[in-house]
Amino acid sequence: MPDIKVTPLGAGQDVGRSCILVSVGGKNIMLDCGMHMGYNDDRRFPDFSYITQNGRLTDFLDCVIISHFHLDHCGALPYMSEMVGYDGPIYMTHPTKAICPILLEDFRKITVDKKGETNFFTSQMIKDCMKKVVPLNLHQTVQVDDELEIKAYYAGHVLGAAMVLIKVGSESVVYTGDYNMTPDRHLGAAWIDKCRPDILISESTYATTIRDSKRCRERDFLKKVHETIERGGKVLIPVFALGRAQELCILLETFWYRMNLKAPIYFSTGLTEKANHYYKLFITWTNQKIRKTFVQRNMFEFKHIKAFDRSYADNPGPMVVFATPGMLHAGQSLQIFKKWAGNEKNMVIMPGYCVQGTVGHKILNGQKKLEMEGRATLEVKLQVEYMSFSAHADAKGIMQLIRMAEPRNMLLVHGEAKKMEFLKDKIEQEFSISCYMPANGETTTVTTNPSVPVDISLNLLKREMALGGPLPDPKKPRTMHGTLIMKDSSLRLVSPEQALKELGLSEHQLRFTCRVHLQDPHSDSDTLSRIYSHLKSVLKGYAVQHLPDGTVMVESIVLKVSSSGEDPNLKVILLSWSYQVNVENFLATVSLFWIRVIMQL
Amino acid sequence: MYADLMRCFNWTECMLIVLCSLLKELKECAGRVFVDSQPEFCLPERELLDLSTVDVILISNYHCMMALPYITEHTGFSGTVYATEPTFQIGRLLMEELVTFMERVPKAQSATCWKNKEIQRMLPGPLKDAVDVWSWKRCYSMQEVNSALSKVQLVGYSQKVELFGAVQVTPLSSGYSLGSSNWIIQSHYEKVSYVSGSSLLTTHPQPMDQSSLKNSDVLILTGLTQIPTANPDGMLGEFCSNLAMTIRAGGNVLVPCYSSGVIYDLLECLYQFMDSANLGTTPFYFISPVANSSLEFSQIFAEWLCQNKQSKVYLPEPPFPHAELIQTNKLKHYPSIHGEFSSEFRQPCVVFTGHPSLRFGDVVHFMELWGKSSLNTIIFTEPDFSYLDALAPYQPLAMKCVYCPIDTRLNFHQVSKLLKEVQPLHVVCPEQYTQPPPAQSHRSDLMLELQPPPMAYRRCSVLGLPFRRRYERIQLQPELAKALVPSEIKPGISVATVSAVLQSKDNKHVLQPVPKPTPVPPSKKRKRLMEEVPELLSPKPLLSGSIPLDAFLASLHKSGITEVKVEETADGHILHLQAEDALIQLEEDATHIVCDNNEPLRTALRDLVLRFLQKL
Repeated sequence: MPDIKVTPLGAGQDVGRSCILVSVGGKNIMLDCGMHMGYNDDRRFPDFSYITQNGRLTDFLDCVIISHFHLDHCGALPYMSEMVGYDGPIYMTHPTKAICPILLEDFRKITVDKKGETNFFTSQMIKDCMKKVVPLNLHQTVQVDDELEIKAYYAGHVLGAAMVLIKVGSESVVYTGDYNMTPDRHLGAAWIDKCRPDILISESTYATTIRDSKRCRERDFLKKVHETIERGGKVLIPVFALGRAQELCILLETFWYRMNLKAPIYFSTGLTEKANHYYKLFITWTNQKIRKTFVQRNMFEFKHIKAFDRSYADNPGPMVVFATPGMLHAGQSLQIFKKWAGNEKNMVIMPGYCVQGTVGHKILNGQKKLEMEGRATLEVKLQVEYMSFSAHADAKGIMQLIRMAEPRNMLLVHGEAKKMEFLKDKIEQEFSISCYMPANGETTTVTTNPSVPVDISLNLLKREMALGGPLPDPKKPRTMHGTLIMKDSSLRLVSPEQALKELGLSEHQLRFTCRVHLQDPHSDSDTLSRIYSHLKSVLKGYAVQHLPDGTVMVESIVLKVSSSGEDPNLKVILLSWSYQVNVENFLATVSLFWIRVIMQL
Repeated sequence: MYADLMRCFNWTECMLIVLCSLLKELKECAGRVFVDSQPEFCLPERELLDLSTVDVILISNYHCMMALPYITEHTGFSGTVYATEPTFQIGRLLMEELVTFMERVPKAQSATCWKNKEIQRMLPGPLKDAVDVWSWKRCYSMQEVNSALSKVQLVGYSQKVELFGAVQVTPLSSGYSLGSSNWIIQSHYEKVSYVSGSSLLTTHPQPMDQSSLKNSDVLILTGLTQIPTANPDGMLGEFCSNLAMTIRAGGNVLVPCYSSGVIYDLLECLYQFMDSANLGTTPFYFISPVANSSLEFSQIFAEWLCQNKQSKVYLPEPPFPHAELIQTNKLKHYPSIHGEFSSEFRQPCVVFTGHPSLRFGDVVHFMELWGKSSLNTIIFTEPDFSYLDALAPYQPLAMKCVYCPIDTRLNFHQVSKLLKEVQPLHVVCPEQYTQPPPAQSHRSDLMLELQPPPMAYRRCSVLGLPFRRRYERIQLQPELAKALVPSEIKPGISVATVSAVLQSKDNKHVLQPVPKPTPVPPSKKRKRLMEEVPELLSPKPLLSGSIPLDAFLASLHKSGITEVKVEETADGHILHLQAEDALIQLEEDATHIVCDNNEPLRTALRDLVLRFLQKL
């Protein structure tokens, strides 16, 4: 029985370094190749030695698929392809292909140039890695090889985020990456057709959360920003350069315009300009409204938001600053945070999920004293707010996706074990399907039960469908009969007659003749006539014929009467039929019945 | 007498009215007669089939969808239209442009008098040769365009779209324009390719996907180049040199063109050319109600562009250089000649504007403005209209005319190479492709020569496609498949008899195991004989093979039948079972069992015989 195996190398009961191995129909696929934001050691990358101990991965993987450009989904890619070694195809959407190398380079710079780490991938490695990328279009069926095909669906998590359907023969797996089931200010909602995969591998970041409406969250956010500005405080919003940043910029831009506010809004890195440019060029990946109006008014041209310079952080007076990275684990956002943390008038708004170990995670848990590098401690006096703006599906959204795709099994990754447990129960209850949540390095095996595709001769099919009548009757299923010819790898179902003909075989006729003796004083032909008229009256609805050659036919059963030479009253009745006539019992019953009748005469 | 007079009077009055309005309709210009009317359009054939029975319309490219509202609106059409996103968006722009052109110069009435058969017959050509003039229609409204477009379902290249479970359609890149597609229509066993408007030249769209066309049973070929004798590259060169010559002499250049398509390539070509020709300061004007949209849309379809342009987006830079032309004020676009344009435009300049037929749109104004000066030049690049016909109503003209049709679609040479490559079993094409053009009857290179010859069609002809469907895909449920007992009939060939229940739903077929009969509760009253006839019993398999005499005798012996007398006959043997008083007639292809009304014996003999035969 064929199996599908799923092994997370990362993101198994955890968030970070997403990397999931799927083995289906003899093909091995790696889904995402991310890094972990919470670690700076080996645990930063997935453990590729699980795949093979010695060296290159090319022989062990048929393809790698990257769902979106966030580093926890693609951060280990150059390490995997260039340092461990993989030369096969890497699939990602066009926007991901465009943005991913920029974030990787950014990540590399922070790690190597600022932290001084060695033995890390180089700029050239990022370039070489990106050369192996094959771009994916939405809904396009990409044939990786003769058997393996993949298809991308819109995931709505960030620009270019995709869910992917992996199919080998009749077995299939869907991997969601990160997705969002409600459209936001710049992206649309995830969508998938009823593809009924054997396994749906879903993220579960917000497995236990059911979030209130986006409008409320937006109002809250604006209110908090506004209040801080009014009292002269500074607002820091740590974000990733692409994604939430654009959504929140659109939000603040319209608010500033409406309220006629004057406090400056800055966006930290040089990436912004570029980032907004990507949004303009990939406008087809944004939501309906932005796409419809982009000719008249491009939503990604901001009037109130200006580029940030490091020196501005010390400027007096209120301001709003978007700074990268989003989890306050390094870079400019952390620098600004250090400067502003001591003043209770200021505020930091964390608009997304923070991985364990990051400063973001610590302050969200209420930690008031942070140990910084060089044994210094930092007192956190500023207000810390959390606003769930990260575009992950909540519990309701995950259930909605299950309803859309109708999977036979469910597998949760990219979430915390405790929360997963809760969602798993809920899914198993509501959909009566098995739900798995393997830890890293743990393999889930799902046995599939694929049906066998066969070529049926159209003649046979049409004949059977015509016999079945225009509407199927569930109470009276019709049995069809055919011959399956197995030759090489082809399976063809044809009518038995056609099978004989095709195989060059002649039919072997098997006939039975039954003799019944009885006394009857009438002439042979009279006896036959009586039999005929009697049967005719008894067997209504059947073809009973009296043929001129002195036989009676009941359907295809032949009846003959002859008398023995010695005793003209002793009649021999011969009943003859072929093996294919499916009425032996019926015939026997009829003959006995008939004999009884005749004897009584 | 009086009545006759009246009739006569009436008749002449009628005639007079007709003549008067006819004179109003007809205009003469430089010896040619024209109809002065609201423009009308010749539609695709609508009488031949009932459009409400059409399930699906596949759109090849945005030029091929201009009649969509005529098909989908007011005809009972309730199906789905499939198109790629660029085709949909740019198609919408082109229709919007057409509607705007029409609305700008409203005419109260369409001319109809000239359509009267008796009158049309008397008119000079080409008016008298026009066919089906009564079926011509006025332009649709924006409302109808929107309604038509609401029936469009967007698809991407290589997306497999299931239609009713019966067939799969897939658009493939055709290399002709943004989002242009060829279509594959296939079932599990048959494959029809529809190749329309394809290009192998490297222009802005994604290259043509040729390999996916392989293994077609039938390839329907249409949309070849209209100007097979003109080389697009040469034409582009001529375009540039004529343009430069005119500008240098202080004249203006008018390029009547569609608002999307070749214009992107022209702008890109000029972007490089103008500086090198030292004409960098010459302004370009693109005037169309959809000019801005067309330029903006062209920049957001990176996925549908050639590699070269795609990689620009990764930088991120706009894929087309006209963004830079706009930024540096070299290219300006206006919705019409009114308003800003009239105060801003400088001469000499290059104007791109529509409609290429010169019958409506802003181009008409420029013809009137510039036509009288021999310094100016009009350069025709669109191949859809005869430039002589287009210019006829403006004669006499002083401006220079240059004809540089740029049609990037396949020529006959490229087609024959393509067909050699993809090797379809049959080719279906319009009749025109099977003979040289009438004006160049000696050019046997301007036609399709194929073996076997292509099946040609003409308007309203119905062709049967030359394949017979033999097989359909069916799924055996795993439980059924597992229960099958294959036996090897010949080396490498096994057979298994299948008795199963057929389930057909949405054109998908599944075979399930036969359900076990639910035991019928024993009824006291014996049912009538008739009702006992077992309809549900599976039919018996066919038999094949022959029965070896010795082995058969041995097995009879084993089952206790020992007194057997064997008699040889012409065709085989007759076995007399003495004790049982039964006969078995064995022949090469037949066996006959004759016995008294002894059911157990008959069954036993039957099973013995069956042991030696193959079941099918």
